[in-house]
Amino acid sequence: MNTEKSGQKGDLLLEMKDVVIDGYSDDRWHEIIKGVDVTLRRGEIMGLIGESGAGKSTLGLAAMGFARPGCRITSGSIIFDGIDLMKVSEAERRALRGSRIAYVAQSAAASFNPAHPLIAQTVEATVRRGIKPDAEARADARKLYRDLQLPNPDSIGERYPHQVSGGQLQRVMTAMAMSPRPDLIIFDEPTTALDVTTQVEVLASMRRIVEQYNTAAIYITHDLAVVAQMADVIKVLRYGETIEDAETRKMLANPEKAYTKSLWSVRSIEKPEEKSEDIVLKVDHVDASYTGSDKVLDDVTIEVPRGHTVAIVGESGSGKSTTARAITGLLAPSKGQVLFNGKPLPPRLKERSIDQLQKIQMIYQMADTAMNPRQTVRDIIGRPLEFYLGLRGRERDQRLLELLEMIELDETFIDRLPAELSGGQKQRICIARALAASPELIICDEVTSALDQIVQKGILELLLRLQRELGLTYIFITHDIATVKAISDQIVVMLEGRVVEQGMKSEILSPPYPEYTKLLLSSVPEMDPDWLTGLLAERERESSSNP
Amino acid sequence: MLHPVVRTILQRLGLGLITLFVVSLILFSSIEFLPGDFGEAVLGQAALPETVAAFRKELGLDLPMHERYFDWLGGILTGDMGNSFSGRGSSGGTDRSRPVIELLAPRLANTLFLASMAAIISVPLALFLGITAALYRGSIYDRMVNAMTLTTISFPEFFVAYLLILVLSSFTKLFPSLANIGPDVDFWERVYLTALPALTLTLVIVAHMMRMTRAAIINLMASPYIEMAELKGASKSEIILQHALPNAWAPIVTVIAFNLAYLVVGVVVVEVVFVYPGVGQLMVDAVTTRDVPVVQGCAMIFAATYILLNLFADIISIITNPRLLHPR
Repeated sequence: MNTEKSGQKGDLLLEMKDVVIDGYSDDRWHEIIKGVDVTLRRGEIMGLIGESGAGKSTLGLAAMGFARPGCRITSGSIIFDGIDLMKVSEAERRALRGSRIAYVAQSAAASFNPAHPLIAQTVEATVRRGIKPDAEARADARKLYRDLQLPNPDSIGERYPHQVSGGQLQRVMTAMAMSPRPDLIIFDEPTTALDVTTQVEVLASMRRIVEQYNTAAIYITHDLAVVAQMADVIKVLRYGETIEDAETRKMLANPEKAYTKSLWSVRSIEKPEEKSEDIVLKVDHVDASYTGSDKVLDDVTIEVPRGHTVAIVGESGSGKSTTARAITGLLAPSKGQVLFNGKPLPPRLKERSIDQLQKIQMIYQMADTAMNPRQTVRDIIGRPLEFYLGLRGRERDQRLLELLEMIELDETFIDRLPAELSGGQKQRICIARALAASPELIICDEVTSALDQIVQKGILELLLRLQRELGLTYIFITHDIATVKAISDQIVVMLEGRVVEQGMKSEILSPPYPEYTKLLLSSVPEMDPDWLTGLLAERERESSSNP
Repeated sequence: MLHPVVRTILQRLGLGLITLFVVSLILFSSIEFLPGDFGEAVLGQAALPETVAAFRKELGLDLPMHERYFDWLGGILTGDMGNSFSGRGSSGGTDRSRPVIELLAPRLANTLFLASMAAIISVPLALFLGITAALYRGSIYDRMVNAMTLTTISFPEFFVAYLLILVLSSFTKLFPSLANIGPDVDFWERVYLTALPALTLTLVIVAHMMRMTRAAIINLMASPYIEMAELKGASKSEIILQHALPNAWAPIVTVIAFNLAYLVVGVVVVEVVFVYPGVGQLMVDAVTTRDVPVVQGCAMIFAATYILLNLFADIISIITNPRLLHPR
């Protein structure tokens, strides 16, 4: 159906041979990609998976002949449609970027220039390379917006990046990549930052458009279920080396290498649910708002049983984190109250006693920003020990070591700075900081969503073990259903500031579902490569049968 | 319903007026609490107490402080800053005192002329140097520009001034070393006469503005949207001009406003070196003769300059911020 392309579907488009890339850190260069081969044909989608630090993005960018500052491509050949990107000049490479090879970044919100309207950025490269004149390119961009099912496709381009939602921005970025009708698009974790419900729509529209224009793509992700929906072939990468290459169905059905199998088995933690009537915390008919007029929480009532886990799920903006803010006293409720061990807590943080503060601790999504980068682990964990428990000197250090042992880190970590820790280790330190206060309740706000699946598994297992050993109560805020399955006893589903459903895990996760819970659950990608196709077909059937 | 930007600007304007009012209060009372007395200063220590009292009464200095304050403030609001103390007959003779406005207006015009000259040269120069230094970051050019502007800012103003006089006036006779312009000098003659002081000021302020421009741009170069622009095939200069600069205006204009204010209020040394009849000199003279109305008038003008220029910088920051200009 596509007549603009010079080549035929199935012709060789990109061939990378024995590519070696160095990265600079700790005052020296070391190899981060150690001789990887990539072969991609026209119209083919290759999934590139692995944990963070495996070199996925570095390899993806190398396909554009691009190395980030602090990286350099040292050897190997990168031949794109007969052009050796390693041999041509920078100006020639630049001429390919944004015209024949395009890039879709992970964080659309950060990757759009805040100073320009969306459509200007969409057509920028197309117009610069003279592929289409400005007016024509803009008309085409509006058509792409329509193809990608963006709302108000004719006017959305005049908006600025901050004026549209994350899911919409990600689709606009796909339109931006598609505008010059490239031969190859690099998708670098394009849906990682999105809710499951949004992710489904973005995935569907991306897949449709690359099919429609017969574009080849490299799809980088750490989410296997996502890659299963998108890719024709999958390459598994670890520590800069290829672990396994195979056709998608074959790899899903029958992974050969042990590492690949371990990636497959991550979603396997399962905690038996327990019922309990001993309520430690009750959120009692709470309303809250930031501005005074718009309610962010509307009559929220949640009961949290002692020593158990309540998971609060919902998409972003549903009031999950606001509930946590009301419990911790960061946001005073405009109506209702929060009861802890049967007694009402003062609404405002300032009015609470040290004792009340000590009993409720928080762990955040971004361990990076939740720690002072200039404090060592000793200071970070030591502070609550001093503040809440009055421990000093030797006593404090003794307790510090115990806490480190609890989070499975050894004493060598005690004088490290956050920058010297991996993502998973940082989150462990944040857990230790919360534990240091000897709390009864810990609120975990998306604590695993910034982590890889394997690291996620480690953190979840740690939290479960601590709960068994210390009798901790958790409120677990997340939008990831797999995490919910792994850790919770009870589930609260929130939508637009209201609790739409709550109950035991087994009740919520089995039919009959209320409408929204069903949408949420059905949007979680499954390993089956036909899952997305099936889901879309089913939703279409439903919407046509009951209009 | 007003556009939020208009509302913010009106708010800032209101705040500026309040600040100016507070400044006037502080200014008036602090001069009031200064030791010494104009009457004694003029008439001498040997003057009879009755003479001093009569003199004070004539000037209205015997009235209570709040009455004088509101008198003065009311005068300013109607464009009357009172009369200068000097030139008043010390023995009650002929009154040759002049209104402060009359003294101040020509001086202020001169000061603004010199400030504009310096601004017209230095702001575009600083922006150009800052942008090109960011563009060729780490190159010899970058290092040269940095070193040269740092050098000129490190020397005291009078030294730069004398150096310029030495080179451009004494040796080469390109420009006159004195800038004592009178009221009847025509425009181009003025430009010619004020060239050296303007150049001196340019050398003094260009470094600050240039370094902020460079830093503000470089600060943004690590943003994901800059990498995105690179991956869309934009060249280095396209990236800086189209993608970095539009987001860098806020810090840059703040520094520009700060330096422009300095051009108006902080140039007394340069005025002295070039014998330039500006407001700075007038104020220094007034302070030495305890000519309170003139000091107050000058100080109010300086305060207004600072507030106005900062307000201007705020407004530019707001209208270059799409989040404020185009709310959700």
